[in-house]
Amino acid sequence: MPPDFFEDRRTRLPSNVESHLLSVDREQWLQTAGFFRDSGASLLSLWGADDRDRNGTFCIYAAYLLPTSVMVVEHAIADTTAPAYPGIAFLFPVASRMQRAVYDLLGISAEEMDTRDWLRHGGWPEKLFPLRRDTDGNQPYPIVSEPYPFVAVEGDGVHEIAVGPVHAGTIEPGHFRFSVVGEKVLRLETRLGYTHKGVAKLFESLPQQEGHRLAARVSGDSAVAFSWAYCSALESITSISCPQRAIVLRALALEHERLANHLGDLGALGNDAGFAFGLTQFSRLKEDLLRSNSDAFSARYLMDYIVPGGVAVDLPERCTGLLLNQYLVLEEEVAGLRSIYDEHAGVQDRFREAGRLEHDLAQKLGAIGLAGRASGIACDLRTDHPWTPYDQLSPKTVTRTYGDVAARVQIRFDEIFESLRLCRALLENLSSGPVLAAVPLAKPNTLGIGLIEGWRGPVMIALETGVDGGIRRCHAHDPSWQNWPLLEYAILGNIVPDFPLINKSFNLSYSGQDG
Amino acid sequence: MWQFGEVALAIAIAPLFMGWISQCRAWMQNRSAPPLTQSYRMLRKLFHKDAAVATDASLLFRGTPYVLFGTMVLAAAIIPSLATDLPFARAADAIALIGLFATARVFLSLAAMDIGTAFGTMGARREMMIGFLAEPALLMVLFNAFLLYGSTSLPNLVNEYAARHTVIDPSVIFAAVAFVMVLLAENARIPIDNPGTHLELTMIHEAMLLEYSARHLALVEWASSLKLFNYACIGFALFLPWGIATHGADGGVPLLAAVAALVAKLTVAGAALALIESLSAKLRIFRAPEYLAMAFLLAVLGLLVHLLLGANINA
Repeated sequence: MPPDFFEDRRTRLPSNVESHLLSVDREQWLQTAGFFRDSGASLLSLWGADDRDRNGTFCIYAAYLLPTSVMVVEHAIADTTAPAYPGIAFLFPVASRMQRAVYDLLGISAEEMDTRDWLRHGGWPEKLFPLRRDTDGNQPYPIVSEPYPFVAVEGDGVHEIAVGPVHAGTIEPGHFRFSVVGEKVLRLETRLGYTHKGVAKLFESLPQQEGHRLAARVSGDSAVAFSWAYCSALESITSISCPQRAIVLRALALEHERLANHLGDLGALGNDAGFAFGLTQFSRLKEDLLRSNSDAFSARYLMDYIVPGGVAVDLPERCTGLLLNQYLVLEEEVAGLRSIYDEHAGVQDRFREAGRLEHDLAQKLGAIGLAGRASGIACDLRTDHPWTPYDQLSPKTVTRTYGDVAARVQIRFDEIFESLRLCRALLENLSSGPVLAAVPLAKPNTLGIGLIEGWRGPVMIALETGVDGGIRRCHAHDPSWQNWPLLEYAILGNIVPDFPLINKSFNLSYSGQDG
Repeated sequence: MWQFGEVALAIAIAPLFMGWISQCRAWMQNRSAPPLTQSYRMLRKLFHKDAAVATDASLLFRGTPYVLFGTMVLAAAIIPSLATDLPFARAADAIALIGLFATARVFLSLAAMDIGTAFGTMGARREMMIGFLAEPALLMVLFNAFLLYGSTSLPNLVNEYAARHTVIDPSVIFAAVAFVMVLLAENARIPIDNPGTHLELTMIHEAMLLEYSARHLALVEWASSLKLFNYACIGFALFLPWGIATHGADGGVPLLAAVAALVAKLTVAGAALALIESLSAKLRIFRAPEYLAMAFLLAVLGLLVHLLLGANINA
């Protein structure tokens, strides 16, 4: 039974998917969390805000993904000297790291929380909270190295391997602490936050019309998803709708982003299994796609293509035919490479059974997006909460149940074919017309949500407008928050040299989660 | 005279052989290939850099590159790659040669552990595992040849072979397949190790070199290419000894012919190695024992075949 205050107190939130806002007190905060947990909803994001200048409180928000809508629960905390709220990590394990991040940025603590810092890394003093309104974001601080107590595993022959944050290859920084016996992994603890850039603070200094540029840079491989989520939030708040042509082009760009990332990942997965042929072939296909992106959307990685009110440039007429041709070639070549991967005994031996995440565990941990779908969690915003133009496309959700590296590879292959089908349908439905509408200044202090299924999973932007066309608070959420902890479970019982392959099969964003 | 010429040639063209394999691999994967001289450019670059050595490094760590290079040069002096009239070769037979390779391995592993990083130790540990599985297989391969030609000295084997001109013994085919498998494992090639990887957790050979830089790294890399060259030459001496200048062959003509034969054989062997590497994926590390057990088994099968059939053929 939903709590009795549920129905009458919720208000509709501006968003591209059906969303509601529910203001609750301390007890109801836990009550709603418990109810959502029991009804099988998943926690989408958790963030805080400093509203002392407005009504003398700190505010903590939790966004839940329900079967048909999104519910944002808001809890105002009156105690401003030591603000605290009941932690929900015991209900939603994914909340644990987000609670730590909220504390590092705003000093709002959850009761019963892991008190180790998550984003701070000694980069600013302990009792300084950068996202508070009275903190100057431009003040530099020396980096003070502080010890970080990893959970130790003891036993005969157990030792630790510390990997990163500087790696042998040019990749993003993250620290992985393995406790191993011989080659077998007993425990993995990740430490992230090395690429914390203070995106949330920077948003507050930008005008609304510029925010999409920063959003696109939260995680570069999901530029379309983030900038579309930002633009959706802003457009919902200002109640304008994009021209039809722009909406279709946005979806086309989103599917191109998915295609490019899946192609890159499939190549890299082959390479990590020592099959360099796969890398060169998939890299070639990806490069071809990036070049046509540059041709069709004027940006290889689709950076700043989506702008408030529409898209930055119209699709040139000549590109329609070229793209349709390219989809045919791509489909044929990927099918060929897929059969090579499927029939290569050595590659399959590496992929199968490696990094297995079973369905029940994935469900419990709140797995989401691509990694979730590989473990049998059929969740895809494009099908579950279709926003335009996906409501007319009926995209298929691709799932696998086994949850190993091979399953995540198969998901990528299937999604490539599904994306190609969507791209074709989108191009065929492309009506002529303008691609950009004017977006007026939004009224201040309005919260809006933008929710887009990026290639990795759901990407969310929670935008609260400020006065004079400014941004009061903008929270960007990457699905990597949900899926990084999965890796620590997927590796258990596997051997150390299989970790890079398993890690790549998830391919999570460091930058996106570090913020 | 030939002795020194042979060693000098080995040192000079070992990086070229490595470059040729890389080039073939690139072509087979539809990449544009680095130039043949890439390995030399790399060595030149490394020799011009300032060496950085970890603060806790002992003499063992600094000395190992020289030991590695020295043992590989010595091995090149023993292996009849061009001629069989080698004064050095009398000092050591093929079993001592395996010992020489083992010495290099022990030094490299100790040096890797000397620094005390997790990766060095991990690489050393894996290298020892591969090594102790590969050595018996290699010995078995050599026993095949010893039984066939009645000697444990490689130059004698080649001379004996040249003198006999018999049909190919079937046991040789088993031994040759086993030898190629051992060669791949011992030289950190796919499917056991991946020389091109940047993933520190999967490395074997590379993990031991992570702390080396500049001239030390150059020497280790050069020693690695010499090792591969040496293995290839052992293979030629055992299975394809045509063209090697035998005892009593005087003058420049046989020598030039030997050089030409060696280059031709290396060209084909390099392409073949690249093909094997391009077609296969890296094995999960715990499959390595199965792989090397297979090599061992093949070599033993070769012995059995020789013992069962050999008498008839030789008769």
